[in-house]
Amino acid sequence: MQKSLFIDPEKCTGCLQCEMACSFENTGTFNPSLSRIKVFSFEDAGRKVPYTCTQCDEAWCMQACPVDSIKLDAETGAKVVDEDTCVGCKVCTISCPFGTINYVADTGKVQKCDLCGGDPACAKACPTDAITFVDANWTGLEKMRKWAQKANEASL
Amino acid sequence: MGWTRKILRVNLTEGTCQAEDLNMQWAMDYLGSRGLASKYLVEEIDPKVDPLAPENKLIMATGPLTGTTASTGGRYTVVTKGPLTGAIACSNSGGYFGAEMKFAGWDMVIFEGKSPKPVYLMIENERAELRDASHLWGTSTWHTEEQIKKENQDPQIRVSSIGKAGENGVMYACVVNDLHRAAGRSGVGTVMGSKNLKAVAIRGTRGVSGLEDFEAFNRIATEKKQILADNAVTGEGLPAYGTQVLMNVINEMGALPTRNHRDVAFESANDISAEAMAKPRETDGKAHLVTNQACFGCTIACGRISKIDEKHFSVVNKPQYHGASGGLEYEAAWALGAANGVKDLEALQYANLICNEQGMDPISFGATIGAVMEMFENGTLDEATIGVKAPFGSAEALCELVDMTASGEGFGREIGLGSKRLCEKYGQPELSMSVKGQEFPAYDSRGIQGMGLTYATSNRGACHLRSYTVASEVLGIPVKTDPLVTEGKPDLVMAFQDATAAFDASGLCIFTSFAWSLGDIQPQIDAACEGDWSMEKLSEVGERIWNMEKMFNLAAGFTKADDQLPKRLTEEAAKEGPAKGLVSGVPEMLPEYYEKRGWDTEGRPKAETLERLGL
Repeated sequence: MQKSLFIDPEKCTGCLQCEMACSFENTGTFNPSLSRIKVFSFEDAGRKVPYTCTQCDEAWCMQACPVDSIKLDAETGAKVVDEDTCVGCKVCTISCPFGTINYVADTGKVQKCDLCGGDPACAKACPTDAITFVDANWTGLEKMRKWAQKANEASL
Repeated sequence: MGWTRKILRVNLTEGTCQAEDLNMQWAMDYLGSRGLASKYLVEEIDPKVDPLAPENKLIMATGPLTGTTASTGGRYTVVTKGPLTGAIACSNSGGYFGAEMKFAGWDMVIFEGKSPKPVYLMIENERAELRDASHLWGTSTWHTEEQIKKENQDPQIRVSSIGKAGENGVMYACVVNDLHRAAGRSGVGTVMGSKNLKAVAIRGTRGVSGLEDFEAFNRIATEKKQILADNAVTGEGLPAYGTQVLMNVINEMGALPTRNHRDVAFESANDISAEAMAKPRETDGKAHLVTNQACFGCTIACGRISKIDEKHFSVVNKPQYHGASGGLEYEAAWALGAANGVKDLEALQYANLICNEQGMDPISFGATIGAVMEMFENGTLDEATIGVKAPFGSAEALCELVDMTASGEGFGREIGLGSKRLCEKYGQPELSMSVKGQEFPAYDSRGIQGMGLTYATSNRGACHLRSYTVASEVLGIPVKTDPLVTEGKPDLVMAFQDATAAFDASGLCIFTSFAWSLGDIQPQIDAACEGDWSMEKLSEVGERIWNMEKMFNLAAGFTKADDQLPKRLTEEAAKEGPAKGLVSGVPEMLPEYYEKRGWDTEGRPKAETLERLGL
C-alpha cells in the first residue's frame, strides 16, 4: 500500500516538533531553518498550518530538472533529490507550483520532502495527529468517518 | 552539549556587541536560564543599584534544553534587578524567541549601560548589531514585531519587545515576544525601556548540534512526551481548557481572591471561566475561544486564542482588535476579573489585549485596579482624581483605565506605579495586596495555606510560579495535602521552590511538572549536557539558585519584615467557603521555614548552608 502525508490544520498547535524532527532526520541537528515541512501562522484567524510537498504524480520539479536529479522512489511514491548530481540550478524551485522544493545555500543543492524513505519523521513527532501518514488512496477516510457518524446520529 | 558556550555582551552606552565564552564552571553549578543568568547578574551588578539606572543590567538567557525536542523546550528568561520590587527579577516566557536565540548560537545576551537613543538589537547568527529604533519608539509590541520583519524583508525573524508601558515607566511592564507570550512579571520590560532598548530581533539558522548523546536524548524525550500525553492535567485538562480550567475549581474552594481580597469567592466566577469562553455568546452566537495553541516544542498546548465580541463597547470602531489573539489565561482572567469584581468576559479580553499589545503584566495591573476600586469605594479616591467612576464591578472603568495606564495618561501614570506605591501615596498602604511590592496572583492564602508561604518567601515578590503548591494542595500532585492546614507546608514549599528553580534553569516549562517530577527532566538534561547530571546534583542546583537569589535580596536591603503578608490575609478571616474563619498561617510557618532552609531566625542563610552549597 502506498501512503501519503495527510495534514489537518485544525489539529495543529504550532509546536514545531515536526520541523525539529525533519531537520534532525536529514541533518543530524535540531534546526527548523533546514526543515522540509514548515508550519505557517495565520494570526488573525488563530490558525497554524503545516505545509510540505505532496509528491505530485506528474511532478513539475522532476519534469523541469535539466540533469534528471529528481527521481521517483517507486516504493514510496516520493520524488527524491539526488544530491550527487543536483547542480543547484534552481529551475525546479521555479517550476514547483507550491514552493515546496527549495535551494539550500550552504550545500548548493535543492532539498524537498522525500518521505524519509517511507517512515516520515514529522508524522511520528506530531503530538496531535495534525500530520499523519495514511493510505494514499484513502486520505479522506477519517473525514468520511466523522460525517458518517453525524449521519448515523441524525438517523437514530 | 546543551550549551552553545557563547554569550553576547551588548554595551548600550558604547553601542558595541561582543562575543564571550560562557563560564562553564558556572554552567555546571547553575545549569542555565534562570540559574545561570542570575549568577551572572549577581556577579556583575551592585545589589543596591537603582533598577532603572544604566548600572543595572538585563540578561536574556536560554537553558541547555531550549531549542531541543524536549517537550516545552523553548523557554527563555529575562533576569535583572526589578523596579517594581527592588528584588532580583526573573521572568520567563515561551513562544518561539528563546529557541531562535539558541539556533543563532547564543546561550544568553547581556545588556549593560543605556543607549543615548532608542535602538533595537538585530542578531543574525554570529552577527549582531544595534540599530536605530526611533521610528518604533512610541509604538506597540505588535507593530514593532511586524515592522522589524517588514523592514528586514524576513518573516521568519523572531522578536521580543516592549510596548508603550515599558517606555512610559509602568513599573510592571513586561517583555512580549511572538505577539502574546510575555516575560511578564516584576517590571523586566521597564528596565528594558530605561535602557532605550525597544526590541531584540533574532534569526538563527545554525540550529542545535552536538548534544552529548543525541540517540539517548531523542529516545528519552519521546518517552517523557508520552507521560505528558497520558496525564489528566497535561494531556486533557490544559489542552482542552487551558489554565482557565482552574477558575471554577479555585472559586469553589473559597480561595479565589475577590474585590481586592475582601472576599474569597466570586459570585460570577462561572461567567469568566473556561466554560464561559467555550460557550456561544448571546450577542453573536460565536464562542469567545477560537483554539488552543502551543509554544515552541510544547506538546501540552495550554495557550488560548480568542476572538472578542466585535460589538462589545470596548472595541466598537477598533477593527485592529477584532482578529484572533492571545488569552484569556487564568491569572489574567482572575486579576482583571474577580480581583475587581468585573464579570464581563469581553472586557477582560480587551484589557488583556491591551496588556499584550503595550507590554504590561495583567496580574499587577489588574490587582492594582482592585486597590483603586477599593479606594474609590471607601472615598479615598473620587471620580475627578481617577477620571472615571471606578466602583468594584465596573467593566467600563477597567477598559478606560487599561488604556490610560499603558499610554501613561492622567491617573494611568499612578496606576502604573503598582499598588504598593499607589496605596502608600494615598495613605492606605494596607490595601496593597502584595509582597515586596509585587501583587498577588490568583490564589487566596487563607484557603490555600501553602500559597501564603510561597508568596511571603518568593524571591521575586508575590508569585505563584516559584512554588506552585496548588498542585499538591488542590490537584494532589505529587501527593494530596490539606489546603487548610499549615502543618507540613514549610517542607512542601521548600521542595517545590528548589525543584522549580531546577526546572526553570533547564529551559523547560514548569507546567510539565503536573506530570513530570525532577526525575523526568534529569535524564533529558543528562543526555543533552556534558558532565554528570545526577538527581542529587540537580536538586542541589535548585537549592543553590534559591539561596543565591535570597543572598542578592538581603544585600539589596530586604529583611524578614519583607517576608510578610498584608494584614488583610493574616488578620481578616475568610468570610465563606471551606476556609471560613481562617486567616493565613504565614506567621507560624515562617520560623519553621527559615530553620529548615538552614537560615537564621532573621531569614539569613547560615554560613554552613552557604558553604554546603558553594556560595
